[in-house]
Order: sequence, then structure tokens, then C-alpha cells
Amino acid sequence: MAKHETPLLDQLESGPWPSFVSDIKQEAENRAKNANNVEFQVKQDVCEDILGVLELSYKHGRTHWKHGGIVGVFGYGGGVIGRYCDQPEMFPGVAHFHTIRVNQPAGKFYNTEWLRNLCDLWEFRGSGITNMHGSTGDIVFLGTVTEQLEEIFFELTHKHGQDLGGSGSNLRTPSDCIGEARCEYACYDTQALCHFLTNEYQDELHRPAFPYKFKFKFDGCPNCCVASIARSDMSFIGTWRDDIQVDQEAVAAYVGGEFPPNAGAHKDGNWGPFDIQKEVIDLCPTDCMKYEDGKLEINNKECTRCMHCINVMPRALKKGKETGLSILVGAKAPILDGAQMGSLLVPFVKVEEPYEEITEVIEAIWDWWMEEGKNRERLGELIKRQGFQAMLDAVGIDPVPQHVKEPRSNPYIFWKEDEVPGGWQRDVNEFRKYHQR
Amino acid sequence: MDEAAARDIIVEKLKGKKGKSKFYLKDFYAFFPEEKPRTVKKLVNTMVSEGTLEYWSSGSTTLIGLKGVGKQAHAEDED
Ligand code: SF4
Ligand code: SF4
Repeated sequence: MAKHETPLLDQLESGPWPSFVSDIKQEAENRAKNANNVEFQVKQDVCEDILGVLELSYKHGRTHWKHGGIVGVFGYGGGVIGRYCDQPEMFPGVAHFHTIRVNQPAGKFYNTEWLRNLCDLWEFRGSGITNMHGSTGDIVFLGTVTEQLEEIFFELTHKHGQDLGGSGSNLRTPSDCIGEARCEYACYDTQALCHFLTNEYQDELHRPAFPYKFKFKFDGCPNCCVASIARSDMSFIGTWRDDIQVDQEAVAAYVGGEFPPNAGAHKDGNWGPFDIQKEVIDLCPTDCMKYEDGKLEINNKECTRCMHCINVMPRALKKGKETGLSILVGAKAPILDGAQMGSLLVPFVKVEEPYEEITEVIEAIWDWWMEEGKNRERLGELIKRQGFQAMLDAVGIDPVPQHVKEPRSNPYIFWKEDEVPGGWQRDVNEFRKYHQR
Repeated sequence: MDEAAARDIIVEKLKGKKGKSKFYLKDFYAFFPEEKPRTVKKLVNTMVSEGTLEYWSSGSTTLIGLKGVGKQAHAEDED
């Protein structure tokens, strides 16, 4: 019989979706059986106590976790988050229940052997409960005791070639989409850049460096599979600066019904025959396409690279040939005043080793934020407080039209006196020669 | 920056702040207004690895204080 009665949690298993409650129960059973004779380093019934404390939280409508603390591994200021239960007598298995963030491999590629090894380590030295993956992409190990931290860290780094991820006021674990490894839309090698910057900024990743957290994310194209535009302080989104490549014959094949639109993603529904006007042309956000006399035309100057037409007709339309990335800054999830999307800082940069054009921008932004940011102020909040233009000045980037969000209602960028011939002073007599009073 | 002197300043300043045991990185910058934040950050992190200072992390933010001073350290030692 279960150690704690959990009627409220049990209800969560009754819905149509797989439930984390069932997962925890399953691991509780595995540990009780211990078929592999593991010498558990945290209490064997830890999972029972997770269920117990959760049930109590549901009953009381308040949490019984306290989090924060000085736990960590030597030399690192991140990657471990201390967590304690405030009812340790009732739930001794979770009295200490620290979280470890493991830096996921670029693109989240790993083989089953590696994954099994990590799980074995975690069963041995932790609760066995994981979160694949946390919102920053990390592999999250949930629940171990203070004494096990150094042991786990040693095994991760020495046996599995694996490092901890970021937490606290550090650079957070950089995260990228699968990119060129599997995706034809990728405009740059997201994994190479993510891996390079992870190594380049080890100090920032492992030790507090900033007023608050800082996230990098890398998307190979504007489809934004890792949602960099919404969820990272600095977002690197693949793009192109020439024209979308159009194969008119393939367009005709879509129109003629030979190729299923959206690579067949919606073929199970009864949507009727493909209508290029309705499904592509009319949905182009900048109205820059037309389909006339069996020919598709794109006014590429107006195209915002939204990806819609390419997603619908991938065999007919391809990203341009001259590819690179755009850098956006300041996105964050809702904290103080609502969610914020990234703002475009660098419209286009080629992605070439040793990536100096990119690291220059990163470091200039960091210097500004470290100087000007208040405690617990995200980059996006600082940009809002001081203005986009203050950031441009600080990082030495000249304003370009792409920085202007709403040209008519909010000019956003202002001239400074030294940029205007003659400054703010003028010769009134000269002016009067041309303009009557 | 004279590193030895800077270390002393950090320890002294922290000891001088009564009733407060954990500080933001920014508080350390304020001790050395002439220095680049990055230089101060490096020194603070070195002092943590040497065992003079320690980190306290909530998971989202990191605070720094003298090693062994303050509530959390006490609570942990009790276990
Ligand atoms: S973001 Fe673009 S390149 Fe990356 S996986 Fe998604 S569709 Fe492919
Ligand atoms: S990518 Fe988007 S904006 Fe560009 S042509 Fe296609 S639908 Fe229009």
C-alpha cells in the first residue's frame, strides 16, 4: 500500500492525458522493488514522500517547499537550486530535495546509452525523478541531498562528459533548435553557434555575473522552434537577405493538388482543395505576394521572413541563398509588467567562425546592462526604462529603419545635436532669406 | 586595482552592514565605483572559490555574503 493516501493527486490521473502523478507512482514502485539492487544514496521511499507533500499542498492550498540556499558545487555559482521541505518529520525523504540542472547537448541530441547512464546516475544518487526538459532546455534532476551534490557533479563531468547548466544571476544554459542537423529551413548552424558560445562564456554560465538571469536562444529560422523571440534576453534568429527561391513548377503542383500543403500536416481534416489565394497570398502579413496567370510573385523587399508561405509550400519555396541571422534583445516572460517580445537590434549578420561580429554585440550589451541594470532587472526592462536609443548609444550601433517599430505613432529614434549639420543653432537672417515671418 | 586591498575593502564593507548578510553583485560594484563591473565580478567570484564569500541562490537570483554568516547557513548546519 502507498505510504501516504493521495486522493486529490489520484484525481489528476483520471483525465485523458498522461499524468506526472502516475510517473512518480511508477518510480516509487520501481524503487520499492529495486530489481537492480541499487544502493540508493537518498531514501528509497523518496518518491512516496514527494506524493505525500504534494497531496498536503493540494489540501492546504499552499506550498510546503522552501527554496533557495547556499547549496552548490565547488567553484560553481549556478546549476544547483536548494530546496527544502517545511514538514521534514512527516516527509523525511524530501527534507532536502535539491534540483540539479544539467546542460543539455546542443539541439537536445543524445543517444539512448547516454540517457540511460544519466538516469542510472540519478536513480543511484537522487530521487530518480527528472524533468525532460526544463524551460531553458536543461535536463532537470529533481531531488537529492546536499552530501550527494559533489559526487553527482564529479560523475557527470568525469564519466559522462557532461556539465551543469546555469541558474541564478548567471548566463542560463544556451538553447538551440535542431537546426541544420535535420531541418532544411535552418539559415545557420544553430548547434555550432550554441556550442561555441556555451564554451566561450563558461565563466558567465557558472558564476554570477549579472544583475539577473540572462538567456540566449538560437533559432535556425523565423519559425522559432525554441521560441527565442519570446523567451530569451538575446535571441539569434536565422534569416536571409536575398530573395525567397521560387520553383514555379512546384507551385503549380501544389495548386494542382499533387503536393499536399504544409507537408501533409493537415491532411486528416476535410479542408477541401488547396486554395493558394486563401491559404497563402491572403495570409502574407505584408501583402507582398501575388498569384496571377499561374505564376507566383513575391516582392521580396516587403517580405518580413515570416515563413508562412515557405511552411505551406516547402517544395516550391525555399529560404534565400544568402543566409545569416538577426539578433533581437529584451524578450522575457511576464515578471513585472507583462510578457515582452524581443526587439530587433542587428538585422543581419553572417554567421562565420570565429563569430566575432556576434560576440562583440553580446559583450557590449552585457557591459551596458551590468553598468545600468538594477538588481533583478532583466535586459528588456532596462531597455524599456532607459529607451532603445540609450541602448543603441551604449553599444555603438547606429539606428537603422528596422529599429523603428511604429514610424508614424512613435518615431522612437531621435537625432542628437552633433548629428545635425549646424546643431540646434541656426542663422536666423539666413533662414529669413527664404521664409517670411 | 590593488587586489589585496580590494579584498579587505569587501570584507570590511560586508561586516559593516549590520542586519544584512546577503548582497547583490551590484552592491559590490558600488564599493569600487572606478572599476569595471566585470573586474569586480571576477574578484568576487575568486573570493567565493577561496572560501571567504559564499553564494546564496534562490534559483532565479544569486546573492553573495561572507561565508557562514546569515540564516540559511545556520539552517543548513542544523541538519
Ligand atoms: S527554428 Fe526553423 S530551422 Fe530551427 S528547427 Fe525550427 S523550423 Fe527548423
Ligand atoms: S515569408 Fe511571410 S512575409 Fe515573406 S512572402 Fe512569405 S508569407 Fe509573405
